[in-house]
Amino acid sequence: MESWYFIIDHLLPFAWTHHTFMKNALLAVLLVGPMFGIMGTMVVNNKMAFYSDTIGHSALTGIAIGILLGFQDPLWIMVIFSIFLAVAISLLKYYTTASIDTVIGAVSATMVALGIVILSRGGGFARFSRFLIGDLLSITPREIYLLIFAFAVIVVLWTAMFNKFLLLSVNPILARSRGISVDLVETLFCIIIAVIVTISIQWVGILIINSFLILPAAAARNVSINMRDYHVISVLITLISGIMGLLLSYYWSTATGATIALVAAAFYLLTLLLKPRFA
Amino acid sequence: MNDSAIARTQSKACGLCCTKLESFGVTIGKTEILRDINLHIHCGELTALVGPNGAGKTTLLKAILGEVPHSGTLRFLDIKNCHTRKPLVGYVPQKLEFDPGAPISVLDLFSAGLSARPIFLGHTSRQREHATAILSVVQAEHLLEKRLGDLSGGELQRVLLALALDPCPDLLLMDEPVSGVDSHGRELFYNIVSNLRQHYDLSIILVSHDLVMVSRHADRVLFIDRTLQCMGTPREVFSSENIKRDYGYVYQGGINEKDSPLNKHSIKGVGA
Repeated sequence: MESWYFIIDHLLPFAWTHHTFMKNALLAVLLVGPMFGIMGTMVVNNKMAFYSDTIGHSALTGIAIGILLGFQDPLWIMVIFSIFLAVAISLLKYYTTASIDTVIGAVSATMVALGIVILSRGGGFARFSRFLIGDLLSITPREIYLLIFAFAVIVVLWTAMFNKFLLLSVNPILARSRGISVDLVETLFCIIIAVIVTISIQWVGILIINSFLILPAAAARNVSINMRDYHVISVLITLISGIMGLLLSYYWSTATGATIALVAAAFYLLTLLLKPRFA
Repeated sequence: MNDSAIARTQSKACGLCCTKLESFGVTIGKTEILRDINLHIHCGELTALVGPNGAGKTTLLKAILGEVPHSGTLRFLDIKNCHTRKPLVGYVPQKLEFDPGAPISVLDLFSAGLSARPIFLGHTSRQREHATAILSVVQAEHLLEKRLGDLSGGELQRVLLALALDPCPDLLLMDEPVSGVDSHGRELFYNIVSNLRQHYDLSIILVSHDLVMVSRHADRVLFIDRTLQCMGTPREVFSSENIKRDYGYVYQGGINEKDSPLNKHSIKGVGA
């Protein structure tokens, strides 16, 4: 971390970079941004926006279970719970005839309600409101190492699996006819999304985590005609809106996650206007 | 994989390799959809699957693909290498259900299907050449950079046909591949498929309601309703008294005598 601080002090000698928490937050934005940028493209392609939203909201129950079990830092319980949920949703999808948005909607509502009931016991819900909004500026170097690790895992997985994810997103039967074990790849994708969303939640916040995943990819989709453009633009948008949002939130004294989401939303509106040129 | 695919495209059909279905059946839940189908399908043959709606034609293709479980056996007899194995199956769906807004180009689809190199990194010139070569087989090389959602129905089906041919399958399955395509596109598609027999070492199974095209291009017709009702050349099947009596409504007015091929193909390899 020292070398990162050193680089920032020399490259960006501004008032805001004097604070260590801003240097940490900047690094976190540079890690979370590209990660969500490349995952978001596939989430949008697979029409899984509602799924990732549900995973985000269900983190409430993950936190609640962690607290019930007496953990100070419920992160690991949250991650395990999110994997359980991802597998459960995949199985429900497979075994019920109800439409998938109904299944996911039912799971989402149940998990949010359960989480709130447990966490509000004795009237103490306000303590957990930091999870709703998130606090990027509170990120510690140890947590940044975790992000670096997650980033590396995503790079490896995406290098190995991306083409399979893509064929699956085009059409499952087509994917199966090309020898892809559809159920396995699909479940793996759901688990990856669940884990990354869950570990990012305490810094981004339950309420807006999905906008990080969806907005940049949705914006990039408006102005790209092939997969490379789609990914390059999506990652660029996450990086630019991340850095701009961080700075704006510093000067406006607003919640960082929400400010970043607003900048990303502005990009979305802009690309929506440009879309007719690319259609 | 690419090199072997190209090498195989150049090997002509020997007419001896054979896909065998024995006591093949499909039961989903408590409903028996197909039963007791015995078939030999030789390479170099275009076999048309016809029958009324709900007869189980699509289910048969899905069972061969492994989408739905089946009873009985499915084996491919490879004469050149003297062994039996599971056949490599290519599939052209009736209508590809996909999101037309997705920024996926034709080249993206080919590279994703053929190589492990993640396509968000772009494409190598080798991948580009290879995709162009395969697309030229279906007269679609000009569509390489187009987005999937921007293709017409006929163009998309030709692209999917090219994709199914690479790597070259033992068995090519097509489920009403041109049902929503205009007559010019249909004609083009059938001519391409018909030519494949001469240049590729594969057998083709085609589900179709277009009996004129079937009579013109198919070597063999299988009439299916729950099980195999009748099999032979198009003329034999469409003039069969049983078929006329029980299923006349299926092809009433759909077949024109002068379009029927002369009886140039004998019934070979029928049944087990």
